Amino acid sequence: METYQVDLSEIALRIRREIVRMVYSAQSGHPGGSLSIADILTVLYFKEMNIDPKNPTDPKRDRLILSKGHASPALYATLAIRGFFPISELSGFRKIDSHLEGHVSREIPGVEVSTGSLGQGLGVGVGMALAGRLDHLDYHIYVILGDGEMEEGNVWESLMAGYKYNLRNLTAILDRNGIQLDGYTRDIMPLHDIHSMVESFGWNVIEIDGHSFSEIESAIEKSKTSERPTFIIANTVKGKGVDFMENNPKYHGSPPESEELYRRAISQLGEEL
Amino acid sequence: MKSESLRDAYGKELVKLGSKDADIVVLDADLSSSTKTGYFANAFPDRFFNMGISEQSMVTTAAGLALSGKKPFVSTFAIFLTRTYEQIRQSVCYNNAPVRFVVTHGGITVGEDGATHQIVEDVGIMSGLPNMNVIVPSDSIETRSVIDYLANVDKPHYVRLSREKFPVINDEDYEFRIGKSITMKDGTDLTIIADGVMVSKSMEAAEQLKKQGISARVINMPSIKPIDRDAIIRSARETGHIVTAEEHSVYNGLGSRVAEVVSESYPVPVRRIGMRDTFGKSGKAWELFSYFHMDVKDIINEAMTCLEEKNYENIP
Repeated sequence: METYQVDLSEIALRIRREIVRMVYSAQSGHPGGSLSIADILTVLYFKEMNIDPKNPTDPKRDRLILSKGHASPALYATLAIRGFFPISELSGFRKIDSHLEGHVSREIPGVEVSTGSLGQGLGVGVGMALAGRLDHLDYHIYVILGDGEMEEGNVWESLMAGYKYNLRNLTAILDRNGIQLDGYTRDIMPLHDIHSMVESFGWNVIEIDGHSFSEIESAIEKSKTSERPTFIIANTVKGKGVDFMENNPKYHGSPPESEELYRRAISQLGEEL
Repeated sequence: MKSESLRDAYGKELVKLGSKDADIVVLDADLSSSTKTGYFANAFPDRFFNMGISEQSMVTTAAGLALSGKKPFVSTFAIFLTRTYEQIRQSVCYNNAPVRFVVTHGGITVGEDGATHQIVEDVGIMSGLPNMNVIVPSDSIETRSVIDYLANVDKPHYVRLSREKFPVINDEDYEFRIGKSITMKDGTDLTIIADGVMVSKSMEAAEQLKKQGISARVINMPSIKPIDRDAIIRSARETGHIVTAEEHSVYNGLGSRVAEVVSESYPVPVRRIGMRDTFGKSGKAWELFSYFHMDVKDIINEAMTCLEEKNYENIP
């Protein structure tokens, strides 16, 4: 694997700009929950994960499953910037002549699993982690979950399985931004105490600021040597980086609705149009 | 006629496959002693995963294993797999992950456990999924051959087995081929197309029809998807009338598929035997066929009705 000397904050800003461009161009898509995971993806793809864009099917590679598949713009932008496919292709997002499906599609280089229906990615991660163990390969599986997604029973079934098989090569990262489509998660279906809930399922739980590169990096490093499967609660801000989107449920699934707002967003993300 | 258990044949064949191929892994949801994956669990404990009563977890985990190069066989009762339809759709079929679903206790031959456990919609549900193939074996010999075939497939498959033993009707050297049917008995007056246990019942019906001077062709159609279009069209052309028989709803099962092919390519009357928009009920497995008008006598009645229509058409 090549070593990457990069400025993580520059990359995260660039991912965020591409997210906003994609949803604005498509006039469709999910900016809020994409912006909230940009820093996590930056650390994973530019610092932590053993991956090679020139050899995307290497059996020894680390694997990431974006279980919250509606945050596709964040993953697509990350993969393109990391070199899995040309950045110019991002403009095709959600359009008929493009391979960039609305929700994450396995047709796209660098994508491991198609996702979009919530609750399923952790189970797929359990299967991949079991396969790695059977094959005596020491790759690591990362699964990014949304906090609305924690309402799906499938997630809790898979937490049981992760504990049963003690999948130390599996790390779940919860994008704890507190908002889902219909509003705040605390109103829609509160998770009383997610930290102790998951801990009581037998997982190693680490809680961090999901926008701090050092905290993300440190949590992931700890998860690699944990004796148990790890669940990282990343406290994040939905819409992070764009003032009118931050903590605003409206931008769960809506693009900036005017050119003025679009310019404002891009400007706040470090580029003047 | 000798009867044998299809699920027992499955369980034992799985152990044979497992000893030849280290990539074969098996998942069950707390029913391994009934589905007979327990044989594999005993032989290869490291490659057997009892996922508990968590079918969604079982299916998504199987998808992950398949996407990592493993060959997962997934078993539970047919009824309980359908609760995870959407995981099958998204994580398995949309990813084209070659997961082998081999379910037992399909249809009304579950018997005494009753309507809650007698699924008669599963073939239709699974056939509607892009990338999914659907197979309904007729006996233990066909089951073994289907399981061997599954070892090296590159897409998802659904195989429906039964709780009850079925009469053994295929030759020992039988070899299953996807998308192909088997003519069990040739005939000229009409064709009976059946799957599962209804193949043996159809053969019995054909014997009795023969005594009345009626020549019925009997086709075993184990591959519901893809279906053997050529055999269906040839039968429509050569015998003019078709009766279908399945231990499943007449909606979206074998009868519907046959009717689709016939109406698209060579329209002739098709009469369907199966469950008619109803749930099953408790009772002895073999009593239920009579109760739901799916027994040998009912196949004969439908055949006779066909031929009466045929004679009526022939009046100049």
